[in-house]
Amino acid sequence: MAEASTATATPARGQKRSSGRPDNLGLLLNNKLATAGLAIFLLIVLTALAAPWLPLPNPDVTAPADRLLRPLSEGHLLGTDALGRDILSRLIWGSRVSLAVGISATLIAAFFGSLIGLVAGYAGGRVDTLLMRGIDMVMAFPYILLALAIVAVLGPGLLNALYAIAVVNIPFFARNIRGIALGLSRREFVDAARLSGKSHTQILFIEVLPNVLPVIIITMSTTVGWMILETAGLSFLGLGAQPPQADLGSMLGDGRKILFTAPHVSIIPGLMIFVLVMSINLLGDGVRDVLDPRLKSGALTRPVARTAVMREDKPGDVTPSPGAVLDVRGLKTEFHFGKEIFRAVGGVDMRLGQGECLGIVGESGSGKSVAAMSIMGLVPTPPGRIIGGVALLEGEDLFSVSDERVRQLRGSAVSHVFQDPLSTLHPLFTVGDQLIEAIQAHQPLSKSQASERAAELLKLVRIPNPGERLKAYPHELSGGMRQRVCIAMALAADAKIIIADEPTTALDVTVQAQVLALLDTLRREKNTGILFITHDFGVVSTICDRVAVMYAGQFVETGTTEEILNTPAHPYTAKLIDCVPVLGQTERRLDAIEGRPPVVNNLPVGCRFAARCPRAQDDCRAAPIPLFEFGEGRAVRCIHPLIAEAGHD
Amino acid sequence: MTDAPLLSIEQAEKVFGGGRTLFGRPRPAVHAVQDVTIEVRRGETLGVVGESGCGKSTLARMIVGLDAPTAGRIVFDGRDLVAEAGKDLRRLSREVQYVFQDPVASLNPRKTIRTILEAPLIHLLGLNKQARAARLSELMDAVNLAPEFLDRYPHEFSGGQAQRIGIARALAADPKLIVLDEPVSALDVSVQAQVLNILDGLKDRFGLTYVFISHDLSVVESVSDRVAVMYFGRIVEIGPARSVFRRPRHPYTHLLLQSAPAPGRKALVSEDANTELPDPYNPPPGCAFHARCPRGTDVCNAKIPQLEAVAGDDSQRAACFHPHERR
Repeated sequence: MAEASTATATPARGQKRSSGRPDNLGLLLNNKLATAGLAIFLLIVLTALAAPWLPLPNPDVTAPADRLLRPLSEGHLLGTDALGRDILSRLIWGSRVSLAVGISATLIAAFFGSLIGLVAGYAGGRVDTLLMRGIDMVMAFPYILLALAIVAVLGPGLLNALYAIAVVNIPFFARNIRGIALGLSRREFVDAARLSGKSHTQILFIEVLPNVLPVIIITMSTTVGWMILETAGLSFLGLGAQPPQADLGSMLGDGRKILFTAPHVSIIPGLMIFVLVMSINLLGDGVRDVLDPRLKSGALTRPVARTAVMREDKPGDVTPSPGAVLDVRGLKTEFHFGKEIFRAVGGVDMRLGQGECLGIVGESGSGKSVAAMSIMGLVPTPPGRIIGGVALLEGEDLFSVSDERVRQLRGSAVSHVFQDPLSTLHPLFTVGDQLIEAIQAHQPLSKSQASERAAELLKLVRIPNPGERLKAYPHELSGGMRQRVCIAMALAADAKIIIADEPTTALDVTVQAQVLALLDTLRREKNTGILFITHDFGVVSTICDRVAVMYAGQFVETGTTEEILNTPAHPYTAKLIDCVPVLGQTERRLDAIEGRPPVVNNLPVGCRFAARCPRAQDDCRAAPIPLFEFGEGRAVRCIHPLIAEAGHD
Repeated sequence: MTDAPLLSIEQAEKVFGGGRTLFGRPRPAVHAVQDVTIEVRRGETLGVVGESGCGKSTLARMIVGLDAPTAGRIVFDGRDLVAEAGKDLRRLSREVQYVFQDPVASLNPRKTIRTILEAPLIHLLGLNKQARAARLSELMDAVNLAPEFLDRYPHEFSGGQAQRIGIARALAADPKLIVLDEPVSALDVSVQAQVLNILDGLKDRFGLTYVFISHDLSVVESVSDRVAVMYFGRIVEIGPARSVFRRPRHPYTHLLLQSAPAPGRKALVSEDANTELPDPYNPPPGCAFHARCPRGTDVCNAKIPQLEAVAGDDSQRAACFHPHERR
């Protein structure tokens, strides 16, 4: 699982530099609603700013003779109000006031709220308690009541209304920012900054603040509209703008008394408030979508339930190899990000017999997890797609069966064990509930029968006191116990194959030894085939019968575990084995592999390892290297192999 | 002077939680580190091994002054480290530095590598612009990274490169002691070897002393001169790396070594299922390893064993009433 995410993360990283993914503004303009919001908002702002230079009558000059003119009257496009003042002029000047008050209130609230949130989140402990309880007290009052109280103390007036609205909105910022700052302050880079000699103030404003800034901006963009409404509300009640000054809220208030005789006097400012706030909200939503990292990483594009299969060449009838439960031929899986194509798996063959354990070894990003996840269609689409090959499970092509059939097979004939048991198990259900669910998904058993079966399974994976443990929640178990539960779940419906993706990487050595021993016993007792994905040659030699070494999306060498460890034929295999420190061999100088694996969206024509290989010659780079078979089940993708028998010319 | 240890930790203890709530009820307390006494000599690498939750990271954070011990003394180069860390962390950070486990999380995602590496040069050493530029290129060279990487952001780097930047940052202030907290655990094996080799080279080049913390026995063995094995907050065995790994005295060390997978090793010896760590809120009265120990007797459950020399060999000590004898 981790493997898959790194495999997809790396390309995303590469892409940003090379092809120039659309920047923030580009992303915003992609969102039609947000663009419309932006256009309307800009139009209103520019008009309001230009008010002094527009040929408008003075908004405050009364003309009793012209009172209550209807819209589209001569000289008064939107008519006049009860005192004969031009409504268009008052509207534009009023918007100017409302915008200014709304935006400055937002800025004040954002400044103080964020400051309180930052300090509370970073300092923690007593400071946090003190500040946040203060904020809670402010929040305990209905906001409009509090604003009224503040205005009542300070006296009516636009400036006082502004203060009231700002104060009322401080908690909103403080709480949001505090949550983020709290998480960031416990991160390692903050400790690192302290050790670099930065003071707390420097860390808060130089290290933490830049990471909080997007959240502040998101919060601001979603509050401006709200603040304008609140300003209008206070003015409507006569506590904000004082006559004769125009402001959208006070205009609405003035029109209220003559709502039935001259509806336009109140409807026009009402519509204006609606349009203004709506445009800001649309724009704010767009800004949030662009800046929020959770939405950015694709949370809005939900992958479908099964990897898309788009095979270019439909394979003819493939007869499965005798004795193989799982027979994968020529599997190719790609990730498509825009125009870039990442060839994560480029033609992989694997055969797994009953009760056999095949290890797939490779570095992160080699495509080993993607290859394994492709078998049951678990690679997320978009962006993943299977573009070639077949996966035969007892003769049945998993890539051409129906979605329903795949769903039946998942967790029954083929089950998975992942690296991190804590994130695989649901935190809110007991281990028993989850096991029973897994059992009932594939077998028509009653709850009590399933519960008995669940206890049996826990016993099978050597969990002491299984009856009691069924009632435990995942967090109550140790890492090793949790992984046993995951294995029990994988065995819930007599799996023919278990795909184990780095199942022991997150565990301590003593626990790892137990889990490996357990898997080894189980596969012998139940004759289950295991596809074991790992990066650790030590683990491989404990449990695997055969090994396939993977590099940049291809198998570069296959053979039995002994053969591969004792006489590696591919230079990469040899190097990979050499860089593992071995207990009791301290004299051995670790042999690092220089350079990095090729990025799978830009693969070389010839051997993919050539750039890092000490034995590489010109012919290695000339053409793709096929997998040469030599001996029983032994193959190497190299034209200058390390052992003579593997030579082919 | 040269004989005096660079760092000596005396009966250090760290308790998390504890105290009382607002209403006077006692809060549960966890002893993360208990009664730890270690000396680190100039120029050596002390390996600290243990499984997750054994307190090794807490120990590391106390050495660099990020956490203060609840009790005990830590003396660095003749100075009281705890008092100094509380008063002026900068002075301590000039000499003791830290390399974090997660290389990417330890770099601020919104700062360029240049800004990150300049921070210690500005705040710890107070160098001017020219001197900083010279030092930066020296540092990048030391960790084998191209100077043009300086203006990139952390997300553009692979784990191995990011860890080398972390090492360069630790080196920046020219410290005497570097605490490495699982520096290669998050890396691929091939990259792991690169980083270990770089660390090895830097040690000779800059005359550094390392405290190397890891759960991976083979990595610790390959880098360490001496090794301390921790279990449940205490040191259970300490001694020269070679002899601890060849002739483990404590049954826990023995178990660790037998559990470690290695290329070519077919079967691992594993315990039976009940191998839970003791409950940290309710520690056992005697030896914490008792419940898992094949050699345990009644005395183990009654008294806490102290670190003692085994079979007259003073260099290697184990906290066990029934240690494995010399074979």
